[in-house]
Amino acid sequence: MDDLVKKTTTKKNSKKDSQRPMTGNEALARGAWEAGVRVGSAYPGTPSTEIMENLSKYPSEDVAAQWATNEKVACDVAIGASFAGVRAMTSMKHVGLNVASDALMSVTYIGVNGGLVLIVCGDSGIHSSKNEQDSRVFAKFAMVPCLDPSDAQEALDYTKLAFDLSEDFDTPVIVRSTTRLSHTRSTVKVGKRVEKPSKGFVDNPSKNVMMPNNARVRHPQLIEREEKLKEHFATSGINKWEKGRKDIGIITMATSYAYVKESISDASILKLGASYPLPDKLIADFCKSVDRVLVVEELEPVVEDEIKVMGFAVEGKKYFSRVGEFSPEIVRQGLEAAGVLEKRDLAPAHDQRITPRPPVLCAGCPHTSGYMAIRAMNGRVMGDIGCYTLAAVEPLRSIDTCVSMGSSIGNAIGVAKAGLESKPIIATIGDSTFLHSGIPALIDAVYNEVDITVILLDNHITAMTGGQNHAATGKTLRGEETHRIDFEKLINAIGVTWVKKIDSYDVATMYQTFREAAEFKGVSVVISDRPCVLDPVKVKGPSLTVISENCVACQSCMNLGCPALSWSDEWYDGHHKVKIDQDACIGCSLCAQVCPADSIRPLEAEVH
Amino acid sequence: MRNQASEVKTMNVLIVGVGGQGVIMVSKVLATLCQMHGYQVKQSEVHGMAKRGGSVFSHVRFGEQVWSPTIPAGEADVLLSLEWAEGLRWLNYLEPTNGTYITDTQHIVPPFACLNRKRGADKVYSKETPEQIVAEVANGLALDATTMASDLGNLRASNTVLLGTLSTALDFDVDEWLQVISDFVPPKTIDINRQAFLKGRAWAEQAKDETISEPLAPQLKTVIPEIQANDDFELRLTREWCKGCDICVKMCPERCLALDAEQLVELIHPERCTGCRVCEWLCPDFAIDVIRPSVQKMSA
Repeated sequence: MDDLVKKTTTKKNSKKDSQRPMTGNEALARGAWEAGVRVGSAYPGTPSTEIMENLSKYPSEDVAAQWATNEKVACDVAIGASFAGVRAMTSMKHVGLNVASDALMSVTYIGVNGGLVLIVCGDSGIHSSKNEQDSRVFAKFAMVPCLDPSDAQEALDYTKLAFDLSEDFDTPVIVRSTTRLSHTRSTVKVGKRVEKPSKGFVDNPSKNVMMPNNARVRHPQLIEREEKLKEHFATSGINKWEKGRKDIGIITMATSYAYVKESISDASILKLGASYPLPDKLIADFCKSVDRVLVVEELEPVVEDEIKVMGFAVEGKKYFSRVGEFSPEIVRQGLEAAGVLEKRDLAPAHDQRITPRPPVLCAGCPHTSGYMAIRAMNGRVMGDIGCYTLAAVEPLRSIDTCVSMGSSIGNAIGVAKAGLESKPIIATIGDSTFLHSGIPALIDAVYNEVDITVILLDNHITAMTGGQNHAATGKTLRGEETHRIDFEKLINAIGVTWVKKIDSYDVATMYQTFREAAEFKGVSVVISDRPCVLDPVKVKGPSLTVISENCVACQSCMNLGCPALSWSDEWYDGHHKVKIDQDACIGCSLCAQVCPADSIRPLEAEVH
Repeated sequence: MRNQASEVKTMNVLIVGVGGQGVIMVSKVLATLCQMHGYQVKQSEVHGMAKRGGSVFSHVRFGEQVWSPTIPAGEADVLLSLEWAEGLRWLNYLEPTNGTYITDTQHIVPPFACLNRKRGADKVYSKETPEQIVAEVANGLALDATTMASDLGNLRASNTVLLGTLSTALDFDVDEWLQVISDFVPPKTIDINRQAFLKGRAWAEQAKDETISEPLAPQLKTVIPEIQANDDFELRLTREWCKGCDICVKMCPERCLALDAEQLVELIHPERCTGCRVCEWLCPDFAIDVIRPSVQKMSA
């Protein structure tokens, strides 16, 4: 589809060949490619996934773009490439940086050889995450510069700039995006790729080997680096001063800048292109030039607090929430509350009419049956991160916890070791999450001899983020064949003696196998195996249909929460009978298997 | 709106629907068209968890200088909804005095709307009629695009029918619309999508007085049966006959039965029982009875 966008634009705009509509993520990838990046590695995570996917659309001779097992591996791969002397990048969602942070906190001491850029995409508003942590805090913590593009054009420009800064100042650089920037498409002027000749590995143990003696030397140098960056950002032009009214000045950055511009046209604005480190002198000059300064920044008062420490009485979080994603409305309301704009009384013109429509597992999703069976086990169930976290809500409601990537198995070990649980202790984890960080926990379970059951929901893809390959799909990011991890062999090698693989669409076997696994004393693993219905290929089999006269409206099938099933207009004994949307049904037959009245049959058979 | 971008204020088009319907495709078509005309365009969407079946939206803004990627509430010049209830969710984003509301009248009822197990409970879904909503907005166009597309032979072209209707609210040439649509849809479906677009456009052009299309999607014809308030029932378990086979526990749709320490059936969640009788019918040992005095009155 994206190729089509390009095709259409070039056809019509032959003069404007270099102008293209691009999402923030496409522009970030483009910026890295133009900067001559040679190695890119990432683990998928909304909203960052499309960055590495887009980088892989550039020729493999230009850049090795690949999926990593997790964000730390991805970051280490990029660091390795930087050691080797080429420009390298990794991209991740905000919480991915938590996983990669051990490497980051060390490489900030080491510095770089080839330019090293981390693109970190936040999710303010928590559209598809477990929290909305502010990555700028991490940048300050790691003492690495943080660039904050406000639109797709800046995403491209700042990414290119980040590589230069990285090499000029001997530091990794964070380019920070958010869901809104990553997933907004706007016009971008693109440039050409600059090939950077490899410098080769530089033998310098006192810098490249972080051990106490070397680290003690490097720490003060980091503080010097910070000072130099402050001076640089004061004049480099990345922070833009828009002169306006003398009575009100606004310091803002990233997408908040767009909302400010949407709301107020005449204020003095200092738009920060880099939210860390802050150029003291520029900030001081700006604050002194106006009567009052507001700081408009999403999430934490990172910049506001810094400026307050400098001794200026700026205001920010007093009017603009620390919670959630900003919007033009929210920024306007903040400016109204601060008395900068006139209050508008906008009463909504219509009643609120909300039909609840939360995300659901797809029709035919192989996770569905697993959670039906798990619920029937009446166990203590530790969940994990993936589409299957949706099993936390009705009608599948069957997981008790969800912490972070790969946590389920470790959590189950803890519950078992606490020694209080009488129910079977179960951990459920997807294939990609298991590879990401479930394996060390499974080793721990065997090593520490606990009685838990791990249900590995293997749908052969990283599904939640839109269908990415991983080490057990046998395909690389570029779709090339590669070695495929065999889960059964891997789990056996860890020392698990009870491993069974079952078909996720065979409900009876599933109930039976789960029960046997729970009865086994020790670590048991059930691999529930079926490909995702969306990726890598869309599954669509012959649809099923409800024979309405047989339906007793018992709602057994409705417990699947399948989007192809809904109530028909017929009733039986005070309850709605059920119907199947034939367009949505993929024919997995789970509903037919749980129907006690045998009223769900293949559509074809009905016709004849 | 003319070709010179300098004459226009920022135009806001909000496109909403259900995951899988093509909200993103529709907004990409529009964004590409605006781009061709040299406008600055911002198109913003959220995806991730709402892959399929969830609520999906896309903001398209174009003009000389567009700042915010999202449309402020009450400022959408056009609200285009690919599904009936989704349009209602976003109605307050529509500009109240001049905004144009275009909606498919087709209902996509989510499984979440069918969770209430109480006797006589109905779907949690919009009860409003197209007449009512069209009367409420400045310019309302409610059409059964899904049936229109089905009549052409491809249900999935319903979003192109709606693009045809949208084209009457914006000032771009028909040929340009058709060209961009052709670039976006699979080559085999270009013809049917052209027809779908022209059908949606023709309907909107004729719909000066009659802004609600025939045929309409089925509008809640359901007659809800009368339920007696004291329609009580009792689940009787004969423990002496139970052998702990577990069939009722596994098959109870409300999961209100369990095996106790003696491996015999017990009712652990009496409040959840709906009296559906599945356990009674399936018990091989006749150990479960659902006693409901008023059952005769209920059978339809």
